[in-house]
Amino acid sequence: MEQKKGLIQKWFGRKNGRGSAKSVNYMSAKEIRQISRENRRITDEFERVRNRENVPESEYTAVMKDPGNILEIEDLNTWFFTDIGTVKAVDGVTFSVPRGKTVGVVGESGCGKSVTALSIMQLVQRPQGQVVKGELRFATDDLTIDLVRIPTEKMQKIRGNEISMIFQEPMTSLNPVFKVGMQIDEVIALHNEGMKSEEVKARTIEMIKLVGIANAEGVYDMYPHELSGGMRQRAMIAMALACTPKLIIADEPTTALDVTIQAQIMDLLRQLKERINSSIMLITHDLGVIAEMADYVVVMYAGRIVEQGTAAEVFHHPSHPYTVGLMASRPSRIRSAEQLYSIPGSVPNPIDMPNYCYFRDRCNRAFEACNGDYPPTFSISGTHSAACYHYSAVSEVGK
Amino acid sequence: MIDDKRMKEDRFERRPSEVSLTEASLLEVKNLKTYFPISSGLFSKVKGYVKAVDDVSFSIQRGTTMGLVGESGCGKTTIGKTILRLTEITSGSVTFDGIDIHALDRRALRALRPRIQIIFQDPYSSLSPRMPVGEIIGEAVREKRLVAPEKFDDYITGIMKDCGLQEYHKDRYPHEFSGGQRQRICIARALALNPEFIVCDEPVSALDVSIQAQIINLLKALQAKYGLTYLFISHDLSVVEHISDTVGVMYLGNLVEYADKASIFDNPLHPYTMALFSAIPVPDPDVKTNRIILEGSIPSPANPPEGCKFHTRCSYCMEICKLEVPQMQTIGAGHQVACHLYKDGRRIG
Repeated sequence: MEQKKGLIQKWFGRKNGRGSAKSVNYMSAKEIRQISRENRRITDEFERVRNRENVPESEYTAVMKDPGNILEIEDLNTWFFTDIGTVKAVDGVTFSVPRGKTVGVVGESGCGKSVTALSIMQLVQRPQGQVVKGELRFATDDLTIDLVRIPTEKMQKIRGNEISMIFQEPMTSLNPVFKVGMQIDEVIALHNEGMKSEEVKARTIEMIKLVGIANAEGVYDMYPHELSGGMRQRAMIAMALACTPKLIIADEPTTALDVTIQAQIMDLLRQLKERINSSIMLITHDLGVIAEMADYVVVMYAGRIVEQGTAAEVFHHPSHPYTVGLMASRPSRIRSAEQLYSIPGSVPNPIDMPNYCYFRDRCNRAFEACNGDYPPTFSISGTHSAACYHYSAVSEVGK
Repeated sequence: MIDDKRMKEDRFERRPSEVSLTEASLLEVKNLKTYFPISSGLFSKVKGYVKAVDDVSFSIQRGTTMGLVGESGCGKTTIGKTILRLTEITSGSVTFDGIDIHALDRRALRALRPRIQIIFQDPYSSLSPRMPVGEIIGEAVREKRLVAPEKFDDYITGIMKDCGLQEYHKDRYPHEFSGGQRQRICIARALALNPEFIVCDEPVSALDVSIQAQIINLLKALQAKYGLTYLFISHDLSVVEHISDTVGVMYLGNLVEYADKASIFDNPLHPYTMALFSAIPVPDPDVKTNRIILEGSIPSPANPPEGCKFHTRCSYCMEICKLEVPQMQTIGAGHQVACHLYKDGRRIG
């Protein structure tokens, strides 16, 4: 097929034959204008709803399905309206985070795991990025709120206070022109109005000590560039935990760090979670980190969940061919093969996704049923489910 | 597809004297030191040195892969660059196939260049965005006149096919490719010059897990086909374990342990190696490893600690470690370690 394309290209000259990428990379200006006009119409409508004043409380309260959960994500759809088409970065994601547990979200880059986190924090780049559908139910002390519909000014009370986030790159997420201590002070002062500045400082130093930095007073007066990568990430964690949040979203907290520092940070996160009794949503692409930290595992591929279950279920009985492939492609001490298993091909183009299973073209177990619609989620056991037709014999849940 | 026989004909002039070096090592690094001066003030007075690589010796056999691991800032990349003479040496020597790379004049160095190539870490910044892929791969081939002009197109196509790229990719630009494919382009660019030795500087750390496996398999296949020798620099220990024959562990500019893969992974001797290996997360929720968590972080290479550089973080630290720099010593069959815990080939204390 590819061979043929090459030949045709030779015959018809090179200018107009760009193969399959044509539809995405080469669009006429007219087409782009048309799409962007249409996009603006859609996003303006979303913005109008969002920017209303005095939204009644009933509009953004919800009821938890299971009171044991701190966060329930149901059918979340976060789309980006770009000039070359709509990217469904998160497409119908449903999972929940139980109180006091760690949920690991794993997947390759571009699979929508970070966008899921940003949707929870209401930090998706607007207006082009919008949560178009779904509910994000979060249990605060007195009432359950829907993070999708809550107005921005109310969200500011929750963000950093009840839910906080640790970002991947500690260098880019700390402000280089302010001292570390001041940046942590700011979080505490914002969420505790009326606190005296000495109290704030004392609390900050207490937090810096908590994350295992020995020279807390010294670090308080340092700029981010004076700290090493591991120390910066500790400072980020101190900032995230400053208001004892109920839910910590850690977006690849150790990816930028060395293994020995990674071990320190993971150890620290585990201890702190116990101490302040919060839940963690851990996003990473490293299966090893997930196996060590998580109680529940969610595997994402191309914006959708392909498999979820407890850590033991997913790691001992991986069910979806993608999960199986992902685990097999990791070099491992236990099974050393001459050749690593590699998943052929690459992730489909996010702008025009196929209408069958997104993984079919790369799957080694594809059969006739896979040519049908995108598979619904089939449950394998009470907690374990996979979106693959191989499990259709077992009962169906969800849509 | 170019058959192997024709490839052989196309091979440009081989090494000047076809010495039988089958048993000897292809690359030998002896007491290599690369220091970077820290200068300040009006006249850029040199205040001190960052000892990026401080007295490192190792050798690589022809057709094998040496893995080099260590934390960031320990000098892995500097070693790679010094071998290629992209960085000048402070003292010591790098001998490639009997030629002292750092003693060559410009002309001789240019002649040697095609035989040693490098694959960089970031496939996004190491490809020129203004050049089509065929040109990126073929530029140096044309410059060096490695193949006859009429064979040029077929030659490039052959190299691209070897690296899993299609012929029609030639006219595309790097931005049209995914990370994994870009890395294939980088590999093709290195391979096009028909090198004997390739420095792979973290070639897979910017890629996703499933793509990583493809690239590692490709590197192994190419090694088998062309008999390449690799220096594989990485901080990912499981990748290094998979691809290497021998492994060197670096800490703050020093090689602290050097042995073949099996003995270093099954029986690490240096306390740093032990800690490093125990820090690898295992993808199995039931395995609870006895993790050695190192305190603190890597000291500054501009002002390294006295004696053994690791003594500030070592749990086995003794008095002698603070005073004396440990020398490389051989324990058992070719297992080298630089640590005061070992003396006369066995462990003391």
